[in-house]
Amino acid sequence: MSATATPTAWPTLEERLMLDDLLQACAAALDEQRYDDWPGFFRDDALYRIVPKENHDLGLPLALLHCEGRGMMADRVTAIKEAAMIRPRTLRRFVTPARVLGVRDGVLEVRANVLLVETLHDQLTRIVLSGVHHDRVERHGGGMRFVERVCVYDSLMLPDSVVEPV
Amino acid sequence: MNDTPARDDTIAADADGARARRRWPPGAWTRIPAWIYTDPGIYALEQQRIFEGPSWSYGALEAEIPETGDYVLTSVGEKSVVVVRDADGSVRAFANNCAHRGVAFVRRPRGRAAEGFTCPYHQWSYDLQGRTTGIPFRRGYKGQGGMPPDFSLDGRGAPPLQVARRHGVIFLSFDPQVEPLEAYLGSMLHYFDRVFDGRRLQVLGYTRQRIHSNWKLMFENLKDPFHASVLHVFLISFGLFRMDQPSAVEMDATGRHSALISRRGGQADEAAAREMKNNLRAEYRLQDPRLLEVVREYPGEATVVMQTIWPNLIVQQQSNTLAMRQIVPRGPGVFDLNWTFFGYADDTPEMTQRRIRQANLMGPAGLVSVDDSEVLVMSQQGLQDHPDHDLVVEMGGRDVQDQQHMITEVAIRAFYKHYIEVMGL
Repeated sequence: MSATATPTAWPTLEERLMLDDLLQACAAALDEQRYDDWPGFFRDDALYRIVPKENHDLGLPLALLHCEGRGMMADRVTAIKEAAMIRPRTLRRFVTPARVLGVRDGVLEVRANVLLVETLHDQLTRIVLSGVHHDRVERHGGGMRFVERVCVYDSLMLPDSVVEPV
Repeated sequence: MNDTPARDDTIAADADGARARRRWPPGAWTRIPAWIYTDPGIYALEQQRIFEGPSWSYGALEAEIPETGDYVLTSVGEKSVVVVRDADGSVRAFANNCAHRGVAFVRRPRGRAAEGFTCPYHQWSYDLQGRTTGIPFRRGYKGQGGMPPDFSLDGRGAPPLQVARRHGVIFLSFDPQVEPLEAYLGSMLHYFDRVFDGRRLQVLGYTRQRIHSNWKLMFENLKDPFHASVLHVFLISFGLFRMDQPSAVEMDATGRHSALISRRGGQADEAAAREMKNNLRAEYRLQDPRLLEVVREYPGEATVVMQTIWPNLIVQQQSNTLAMRQIVPRGPGVFDLNWTFFGYADDTPEMTQRRIRQANLMGPAGLVSVDDSEVLVMSQQGLQDHPDHDLVVEMGGRDVQDQQHMITEVAIRAFYKHYIEVMGL
């Protein structure tokens, strides 16, 4: 979470395209409920967290959702698919274009705003959360992957339940 | 909360009407009339008799306000309350309500106000006890205006609350006649002291969710081990809380508080597995078992003790994840659940990491607790459709005695035994 790291390089145009591909493809996989694809956007040891801004600003370590590595992400996916008793719903993510803070040792420091909305049967679509993805991203194969993704969300108060990653 | 409708006079007046209109159905505490979850008059009566009555509501942890002037905003019932550390080390509490024009004058969720508070509207100032200490232009300006000469600041201030503290936990009451906290907790005191053993606490962080159901359904959920054994795939498949383990349900003498006590088990036996077949996944394995690498940290065999402390607190100890769950009612059909996760100041970094990992089980996105918040919303939907339905609570018999097993709804019955008395229904 070295948001203030001094950049040593800037991404190429091609890398910027790859970066936005990563952000949009990851959101689309979740929106389309292809949950098994989700851990594949991350490096094996990547950290994934969803954190209220309150904890983030106070320096408190507790997360709404906390996965250390793809194994824990896969366990969360299994729970969503097989364990959780939830009312059926459609979740949709709106992720703004990536804003690159800099590149350090081959890792891009990235920010992107995100809005997560959900739609349940017989109800109006409502906002689950708005926040900022604090991403660290690296080249991998012909594209990019997450080294770390921390979604810092604005409103401590959340509606009813949060049933999927952001 | 901007989207929280304020209680109005028509609803307040309805509290008396509800008591005159409503009769508890035959069967006493083995039946629960659905209208107690939906009737605005009953809700208003609850605010008066329960949350503003002779009860101790959880307010905050002392670890949140270590220094003079440190404060947090909390709630007692639906009312906003300021909890603050005074200069002599004591803890003060007062309603967030200016003595002048009623403004909820403390507007940050937490902070430090070593010099006291000031209402932004007309700059009335307050000390750390909530007493009014000054009014601008009190004597007027150049002989004109100002407060009448006989106007006194004595006794003016934000409405004060009673404060009780035990081992780092702060409880609040609007009622000066409330009994001492230790007597109030009664036979549950040793369970309270099991987690709050005098060690300094450390707050790990907060989550909050606004759940569209009546507040009592949350309280009942933690008095109901029956559901835990059949609903929560995650709990039962990994043996974290299961009816085939040595367990107990205990209440205090009044029935208002309770504790569910159990221990982690291995493979379920045949009889238990048959009853839990819908949701028991014997083959369920984690790819990363670090989530459930539990370290024993309390004496005795219990690995989970869930306490409900009337009227607004659930103390969660499931494996190594500890949390206060504060209930804030927001109307008959909605409440806020405010989670404060904590550990101890002497925790190793490894223990803190373990608590953070296991927190995945709990909270608004919890692998276990999401089942509950979802089923609570579904409950409220059904209850609102059928307010004249009398709900059945006979699992484990019809009495209200402690039981040494989990196949029971006895703690819900005990809760309603007390509720009927307090509400005069």
